[in-house]
Amino acid sequence: MSRFGMAIDTVRCVGCMDCVVACKTENKVPEGFNRDWITEEAFGNFPNIQLEIRTERCNHCEEAPCVDCCPTGASHYHDTGGVVLVNHNECIGCKACVASCPYDARFIHPDGYADKCTFCIHRVEKGEDPACVSVCPTHCMTFGDLDDPNSKISKLVKSRKWHVLKPEAGTKPHIYYLT
Amino acid sequence: MDSLSRRRFLKITGASIAAATAVTSLNSVVKGAKTIEEKNGSVVKGIQKIPTYCDLCFWKCGAIAYVDNGKLWKIEGNPIDPLSNGRLCPRGTGGVGASFDNERLKTPLIRKSVRGEDQWVKATWDEALDLIANKMKKIKTNYGPESLAFFSHGIGGNFLKHTFKAYGTNNITAPSFAQCRGPREIGFELTFGDVVGSPERTDIKNTKCLVLLGSHLGENMHNTQVQEFADAVGAGATVIVVDPRFSVAASKAKHYLPIKPGTDIALLLSWMNVLVTEGLYDKDYVEKYGFGFEQFAAEIQEYTPEWAYTRTGIEPAVIRETAREMGKNKPATLVHPGRHATWYGDDAQRARSVALLNALLGSWGRKGGFYTPYKFGLPGYPYPEYPKPEREPADNPGKKYPFAEGELLSTGLREATITGNPYPIKGWFVYATNLMQALPNQQETIKAIQNLDLLVVVDVVPSEIAGWADVILPEATYLERYDDISDSPFKEGFIALRQPAIDPPHDQKPNWWIAKKLADKLGLSNYFPWKNVEEYLDTRLKSAGLSLNEFKKTGIIKRPPKPIYFEDGVQPFFWTQSGKIEFYSLKLKEHGFDPVPKFTAPEEPPAGFFRLLYGRSPVHTFSKTQTNPILNDMMSENEVWVNADIAGRYGVKNGQYIKLKNSDGVISNKVKVKVTERIRTDCVYMVHGFGQTSIRNRKTYLKGASDAQLVTKYKMDPLMGGTGMNVNFVTFEMEV
Ligand code: SF4
Repeated sequence: MSRFGMAIDTVRCVGCMDCVVACKTENKVPEGFNRDWITEEAFGNFPNIQLEIRTERCNHCEEAPCVDCCPTGASHYHDTGGVVLVNHNECIGCKACVASCPYDARFIHPDGYADKCTFCIHRVEKGEDPACVSVCPTHCMTFGDLDDPNSKISKLVKSRKWHVLKPEAGTKPHIYYLT
Repeated sequence: MDSLSRRRFLKITGASIAAATAVTSLNSVVKGAKTIEEKNGSVVKGIQKIPTYCDLCFWKCGAIAYVDNGKLWKIEGNPIDPLSNGRLCPRGTGGVGASFDNERLKTPLIRKSVRGEDQWVKATWDEALDLIANKMKKIKTNYGPESLAFFSHGIGGNFLKHTFKAYGTNNITAPSFAQCRGPREIGFELTFGDVVGSPERTDIKNTKCLVLLGSHLGENMHNTQVQEFADAVGAGATVIVVDPRFSVAASKAKHYLPIKPGTDIALLLSWMNVLVTEGLYDKDYVEKYGFGFEQFAAEIQEYTPEWAYTRTGIEPAVIRETAREMGKNKPATLVHPGRHATWYGDDAQRARSVALLNALLGSWGRKGGFYTPYKFGLPGYPYPEYPKPEREPADNPGKKYPFAEGELLSTGLREATITGNPYPIKGWFVYATNLMQALPNQQETIKAIQNLDLLVVVDVVPSEIAGWADVILPEATYLERYDDISDSPFKEGFIALRQPAIDPPHDQKPNWWIAKKLADKLGLSNYFPWKNVEEYLDTRLKSAGLSLNEFKKTGIIKRPPKPIYFEDGVQPFFWTQSGKIEFYSLKLKEHGFDPVPKFTAPEEPPAGFFRLLYGRSPVHTFSKTQTNPILNDMMSENEVWVNADIAGRYGVKNGQYIKLKNSDGVISNKVKVKVTERIRTDCVYMVHGFGQTSIRNRKTYLKGASDAQLVTKYKMDPLMGGTGMNVNFVTFEMEV
């Protein structure tokens, strides 16, 4: 089996949004919407400040509330890598998944279906990295198989300190933020 | 100043290159590439990958445009390009939006009412160019050819520059000198006898200690630099950031120095004081290559960290500790020269202080410091000789700014247009630079325009300056045209090709076509012996044993590697008066300037006012990209950063719209407030390029505020005529 995930090095990331732009052109995401985004979190008082910059997207959770709540089964786990996907034809645009996602990763596409990051499964199945990963000028993102102990991502997760977003939501997210 | 140095340097670089040997083989990525000829007539099925190079900024990254069934889809980095290493920056990635932009100029336009009213009649290319050529001929007859000035930005201006040189003018300029990197180049040239250049010769990748002064890499997306910055950070390099604002780069730094704006020279002098008094500088290097070190050392004795503390607000202990870090890591310590350097009017001396600090650290010419770049050195086209202008350029009469050499002062030409001194300037031809935002003090620009008999603007979108034109010529985007070959000085010599991926969607034309056609109408056809741009490019390539057909498949051709560090065999050479690194500058002394930089305290903001600082966003270039629908989607307006304490005191809320009023009473457009801990209390900050006033750009019209509008004051650099623009103070206007 495989379990796809991402390790994102917040030490390298500069928050330039190249990942956001690349996703938009690769996946023809319509104007006004995006599947990934940048979050900046600053702590402290001037001049003693800590700033974490993160590129965020669907966490491709193992316990995904958006899959659980989907009335039609359009939201599902893909066979490869456990990627969470939406079958556009089965989606009725009821927005239950949009509301259920603790990461606010979903939106309703102007064509009427729920849309979000697919981990660029169309590229991954050809052996390429997701568009955001492949374009990043800082090489801050590593995509790969967490079930393979020899993959670069597994090694990073083992050797570096990391955190995930909203662990308390119990969704078992698969994007690791290296610090 | 001996302005020959730069030219001489280039000549020698070119001469040392033997006949070209193409070393790059056809890359697998571009195997699917179809030539334009094959494409002609019918839509090519499937996906074509067309190598080209990016034009979203001046970095010129190699790229691959993807065309899907004849339709432009996306653009990626060219994996064999040494600038992008296969990865474009966000602007580059969003570059396809430039072609999709539905607000771009579609046909030539001729003004139909008063200048500046932005009212137009559509014209054919013949009508527009006839009108321009006739006015240009009249200007030549009545005032002489030098009375026409050409303002341009980027490599796209090359062919038009050729037309204007053939016409006989030498008033050819770009705001990128006196409004941007000029002071830096002069400061370095006075010290090392050579400029930093573009792309900057900074070896960030190998540095062990990187010092950034106001340079906000990561927000400022010069692609290779940001890639190398991330590598250096990832490898654990010590980063020292000096900035009144806690930038993204500051968040990666071991030491963040929240300096008082305008006091950088004091900090630099004091760092040098520590290095010298504690004996931490590179003594062998200074002895071998330095000139005037004794006088220099004596002069900087007084600049102790305690002295600097009262000027900069940086604790003496921090100054010492950071100086020691630099000393420890020398010569792989890089004090970055920055790029946009026109801040306070003392900028060439600040740049010289940066250069001197690097000289003490022995980093110039060394690994992890400044490498020695080289070009591919592709020969130029064998054009006939240009007519020799009878008059000197009009930008710097009486050599008021003695070190303004090598490039012209755009503001100087504007001044000549206003005053008619040293002679009248009656025509402006503006290519791809929005002068309304690029030059300080918009009123002066508007005043100058009143004196013109002709103002032509060539651009892709109806920029603000286009609104003032008599004739607007719509250019094809970089994805729809050939341009001149890029041959930048870099770590490796290489050339890059820009070729069209698709045709222009309307009646837009490539600049080479405009330049040639205009020359025809001016009776200068003999200066364009080539039929079309392919023939021009092929001729240049053939002279190096290459061919356009092969080049079209790879987009990049490299030279075999050469040493780039002194320690690897590069022969150190300094084109200064003494032939050495000048710690004490004879030329500055000769012209009555400080031979060793001195610090002068900046003006303080009046009570209730804040210094206006501006900078870059990673998703925009100047005021050029805001209409691009993809990049506009990323950032459609700017914000003004206000320190949280100040916001509390003035009752300004995060996300609230306010206006800014400067000390000359100019009021900005409304702008959203970002209340933040990430900035000092004595300044505010915004990203440059917003608050545009071109009504035909609905996406950008009055979105955010324009720093350029508020930059009514500027402080001239007495050495080289740069315009320091961080000298304006603003206050808050709550009523929007
Ligand atoms: S740095 Fe970015 S915008 Fe500039 S040329 Fe490279 S990819 Fe294009």
